Amino acid sequence: MRVMAQIAMVMNLDKCIGCHTCSVTCKQTWTNRTGVEYAWFNNVETKPGVGYPRRYEDQEHWKGGWMLDRRGRLVLRSGGRVKRLLSLFSNPDLPSIEDYYEPVTYDYDNLVNAPAGKDMPVARPRSVLTGEPTAITWGANWEDGLGGAPENAGGDPNLTGEWAEKVKFEFEQTFLFHLPRLCEHCLNPACVSACPSGAMYKRVEDGIVLVDQDKCRGWRMCVTACPYKKVYVNHVTGKAEKCTFCFPRIEAGQPTVCSETCVGRLRYLGLLLYDADRVGEAASTPDEKDLLDAQRGVFLDPRDPDVIAAAREAGIPEDWLDAARRSPVYDLVMRYRVALPLHPEYRTLPMVWYVPPLSPVLDAVDAAGGNQDDPDHVFAAVTRLRIPLEYLAELFSAGDADVVAGVLMKLTALRSYMRERTLGEDGDEAVLKAVGLTAQEATDLHRLLAIAKYEDRYVVPAAHKEDAAALTAMEERCPVESSGEPAEAGGRRVMLGIPTLRRKTTGGHA
Amino acid sequence: MNAVSLSPSAAGAVSGTDLLLWVAVPYVCLAVFVVGHVWRYRQDQFGWTTHTSQLLEHRWLRWGSPLFHLGAFMVIAGHVVGLAIPDSWTEAVGISEHAYHTTAVWAGSVAGVAMVAGLGMLCARRLLNRTVRLGTDRSDKLLFPLLSATVVLGITATAAHNVFGAGYDYRSTVSVWFRGLFVLQPQPEAIVGAPLLFQLHALTAFLLFAAWPFTRLVHVWSAPIGYLARPYLVYRRRAAPAAAPGRRRSASGSR
Repeated sequence: MRVMAQIAMVMNLDKCIGCHTCSVTCKQTWTNRTGVEYAWFNNVETKPGVGYPRRYEDQEHWKGGWMLDRRGRLVLRSGGRVKRLLSLFSNPDLPSIEDYYEPVTYDYDNLVNAPAGKDMPVARPRSVLTGEPTAITWGANWEDGLGGAPENAGGDPNLTGEWAEKVKFEFEQTFLFHLPRLCEHCLNPACVSACPSGAMYKRVEDGIVLVDQDKCRGWRMCVTACPYKKVYVNHVTGKAEKCTFCFPRIEAGQPTVCSETCVGRLRYLGLLLYDADRVGEAASTPDEKDLLDAQRGVFLDPRDPDVIAAAREAGIPEDWLDAARRSPVYDLVMRYRVALPLHPEYRTLPMVWYVPPLSPVLDAVDAAGGNQDDPDHVFAAVTRLRIPLEYLAELFSAGDADVVAGVLMKLTALRSYMRERTLGEDGDEAVLKAVGLTAQEATDLHRLLAIAKYEDRYVVPAAHKEDAAALTAMEERCPVESSGEPAEAGGRRVMLGIPTLRRKTTGGHA
Repeated sequence: MNAVSLSPSAAGAVSGTDLLLWVAVPYVCLAVFVVGHVWRYRQDQFGWTTHTSQLLEHRWLRWGSPLFHLGAFMVIAGHVVGLAIPDSWTEAVGISEHAYHTTAVWAGSVAGVAMVAGLGMLCARRLLNRTVRLGTDRSDKLLFPLLSATVVLGITATAAHNVFGAGYDYRSTVSVWFRGLFVLQPQPEAIVGAPLLFQLHALTAFLLFAAWPFTRLVHVWSAPIGYLARPYLVYRRRAAPAAAPGRRRSASGSR
């Protein structure tokens, strides 16, 4: 047993209102620079929808993630090492800027500098890439709230199988939910494995996957290998960039920017202990539908004395072990088992999990003429939800609808029970028993999911004190600056290339 | 430069201009090449990249880049054979001058045409695609013309003299001069009589060597051969705190 700690995230999709505050604050923090205008380390997608970049979930096309070869060995879907080196000159599976969108800015100057006239001056969009006026035809969340769904949503790669016909056919009874996405900081990261330079790595201490900007040589294989398409090429610096899980904040014991600013309070951060020796085996599980349990099998119980002893031996500090025991992520993933990974079939063992959305279930009970307090009626309603179980299963359980149904019934039972309690009744524990919860557990889960206090959602232990010297040094520098000597000492600070030409072309035109 | 003083007694037979062009300029360029690389590697890891523009334009690149790179590999291999290996060696292993010449012309033509076609497409996309053109930095504006000039002069020299011309044995002149530079016995007189196209090709090539460390060409030295042998998963610890206790920053970032 080789114990490692990972800072992981869970998102409660029932509470996401699609406000994009996480995306915007993330962008302002990390990608408001030239070269990564199109990069969204965090984005919020409307589902069903094609996602960002377009149809990124279609791995037959984009070749992301891992697969099992004919002999059952785990291989990167984009090919072996030799094939990867042979495609260095031109990567056949790299999304182009059209698959993302052409970033634009606006002629704001025109608003204040336009000559007097009878019409209001307007700020026309201009391509950031060419400096020329352009029409905006796509964006990172073009389909927000099902916008353009009649034309586009059918392209959602998750809409496969017979049940998908039903979704399109009854489109007037449509459904949608929001799916915030960021780097999954996988246990078995395909991007790291595909990086020819060895510039990408997973941190031993907290599992955060990062790109060493000094070692990256711009071979762009990580972009192809990541099935979530959460590594981006900075087209100005020629290097790969990705979500950093806000590691400077995490090291200081603070939640990531996306979590901190989440209006719906739907994000949870906490530690998970895992056995690094079992990662490869779990990722090679033959049946895709067993991957969820295989990944759960990699996680370790932070209360198990053997695990604690092995963790101490691995150098994991006591305050981290304590944080692992208080981790809301462990509770949601392992104890209550209501969180599921996004696309486990990619075999990267992702570490951002989701509590699937429960569309208005009690309305569904009423609509079906059922009794809201009757568990049988309520559970039956789960299978008739507007969001088809099959669709959620494509996203969260490699197509196994029973897994999703189990989670939704647990959430339904919790809702039904707590509703009775809140209304001053005793609450029917039979409902809870049916889904394997005790009254105390229901109260705790309700507190975690519905009350969702800040200190319950974010249990982030600060990086250990012995590292303080190194961290102090880190804090003083800009995360995107070149490493090395202090800038003030040598004056050899390497600035990010800002193409002045582009900037100039955006101004000065009427 | 002490290189000039190293020139042999035959120096009397060549003019000062020849000394400058065929001894001083090559040594200066090679010195810039070496020192430039050391400087760049130590000072600018962040800028050391292929600077890929495939994200912005991929249709031309799809054909142009592999053609150029694979052609370049063959061309470089051909140059190594033609310049570094004396003709007496190839004859000693039983390769006649005629056989060598025929092979060199055929293989060289294929490689040369591939490289020129590929480079042409890469230059075309850089000029014609506005997105790529605006992403072109100063070093590219030096590199692309210099590389193109070297390649075009090289293939023109071969075509004019060895494919369509009477045949020119550069191995007894240009190659002798080239080897002389590296064994520190410069023989400028060997290249003085060579055709102009060969001379110009040699000169632009040395200028290219001088420009090399300051352009994206440095990515050549980062060819990721080690990837074939390394474990798939890379774990790394956060920057080691004890590595440099006296200094304010550790040597490598942990990004």
